[in-house]
Amino acid sequence: MVSQAHPRTTPIRVLVAKPGLDGHDRGAKVMVRALRDAGMEVIYTGLFQTPEMIARAAIDEDADVIGLSILSGAHLALFPKIFAELEKAGVDDVLVVAGGTIPNEDVDRVKQLGVAAVFGPGTPMDEAVRFIRDHAPDRSGS
Amino acid sequence: MTATAPRDLVERFRAGDRAALARLISFVENGKAAGMRAMGDLYGSTGTAYVVGITGPPGAGKSTLTNALIRGYRARGQTVAVVAVDPSSALTGGATLGDRIRMLDNFDDPGVYIRSMATRGEMGGLSIGVGAVVHLLDAYGFDMILIETVGVGQDEVDVGELADTTLLIQVPGTGDSIQAIKAGVLEIADVLVVNKADLPGANDMVRDLRMMLRLSESRPWTPPIVETVASEHRNTDALIDKLDQHRQFLEDSGEGRIRRARRDRREVVRLARRQLTREIEAVASDAGLDDLFTSLANRDADPITVASVVARRTVDRFRQDG
Repeated sequence: MVSQAHPRTTPIRVLVAKPGLDGHDRGAKVMVRALRDAGMEVIYTGLFQTPEMIARAAIDEDADVIGLSILSGAHLALFPKIFAELEKAGVDDVLVVAGGTIPNEDVDRVKQLGVAAVFGPGTPMDEAVRFIRDHAPDRSGS
Repeated sequence: MTATAPRDLVERFRAGDRAALARLISFVENGKAAGMRAMGDLYGSTGTAYVVGITGPPGAGKSTLTNALIRGYRARGQTVAVVAVDPSSALTGGATLGDRIRMLDNFDDPGVYIRSMATRGEMGGLSIGVGAVVHLLDAYGFDMILIETVGVGQDEVDVGELADTTLLIQVPGTGDSIQAIKAGVLEIADVLVVNKADLPGANDMVRDLRMMLRLSESRPWTPPIVETVASEHRNTDALIDKLDQHRQFLEDSGEGRIRRARRDRREVVRLARRQLTREIEAVASDAGLDDLFTSLANRDADPITVASVVARRTVDRFRQDG
C-alpha cells in the first residue's frame, strides 16, 4: 500500500459507493468525474447500497480502491460490515477511503477500522485524487 | 488478498474462489505474465459456456435487458457471468463504468458474476481483454456468459467474433434501423430486439426491420424480432426462448462448430498481431534507427523504405528470440 517505485502501466480501478439510506449522491458523482478525469476507471454502483453489496462489487470488480461517500451519519454502523465482508472473502489489499460528513471525533475510529483517509466537506478534489494515486495498491502480479 | 502468488491463485480459482477469479481477470486484462500463465493452466477447462453478445446504440437498454436476462437464466438454474464494457476516454484513459448499477437484482446470488471493463483504447482492452476474460469465466464454470458492448459503431471488436449468439437491440423512434444498415450490424445480429416497445413507433420499427431482413439474401437462419420492455421484464422470457432456438440451430446445422473454429483462428491472429505490433513499436523507437529517422526528416529517405527497414529488423529480432 505504498507508492510504487515504477509508474504503473494500468489504470487504477476505483469503486465509488454510497452506503446506506441518504439519497444525496452529488458529491459521489463529482468524485467519479474527478477520478475519471485523472485517468482512473471508476465503477459507480449508485445509491442505497448495503455493506454486502459494496463488498461484493469490490470483490467481483477487483477494485484497487473503494471510495465510500456517506452523509447519513451511519458510518460507524456500516463501515465495519464492509470490512468484515471483505475479510470473509480473503481480500485485504484494497485501499478504502471515505468522504462526506464524518464528524472529527469519529475520524480516528473510522481509521482504526481500516479507512486510509477521510475527506471531509471542502476537501479539494485534487487532494483526494492525489492521495488515491499515491496509495492505490499496484498488483503487478509479476 | 495476501496470497497473490499466481500458483495459489489458480488453485483457489479451481476451488471456486471468487476473489481469485476476479484477481486473475485483472492480470489477464492487464496483460500480466501471471495472467498469461494462468490462461495456459486453465484453458483446458474452457469450452462449456455459452456466450451471448449484446449490442446496440447507447441508451437502447442493453444493461437493463442484461439484468432481465440474468434473472431469466437464473430462474432456470443456469449460472451467469456478465462482462459489461464501457468506453475509455481517449484523452485521459479514464472511464466511468456504470452498467452494474442496472444489474443489481441478483447482487447477492453466488450464481451471478458481473465484471465491468473499459475499452482502454489501443491497449487492446476490448479486443484482447474481453476474449481472454471470457475464457476465464468459461473455465470457472459459468453456464452463460453475456457480453455487453459499448454502443454500436464505436471501435470495439466485432462482438460477433466472441459470441455464439449476437443480440442486437434497437429502440423505436431513433432512426436506428437505418443506422444499423449503415454500420452493417444487422448482418451480425442473430436475434433482433426492439426494446422500449411501449413507446410510439415500435410497430414501425418492427416493420422496417422485417422488411430489411426480407431484402437481405436468404440465410439458413432468419433473425427473429422480439419486442421487449426490459425495465418491466416484459417479454424477456420470449427472448430467452429465441436465444435457445438459435443455440439449437447452431448445434443442429453444424454452423456452431464452424463459428467456433473461425473464432479461434481470429483470436489467434488478433493476439499474434498484437505481439508483432509491440515488437514493431519497440524496433521503431530504438535509438539505433535515429539516423534513419533523421534522413526521413531531411527527405533523404522515404517512409516506405524506412518502414521496410523496421519490418525487417522486427523479423530479425523474432528470429533471435527463437
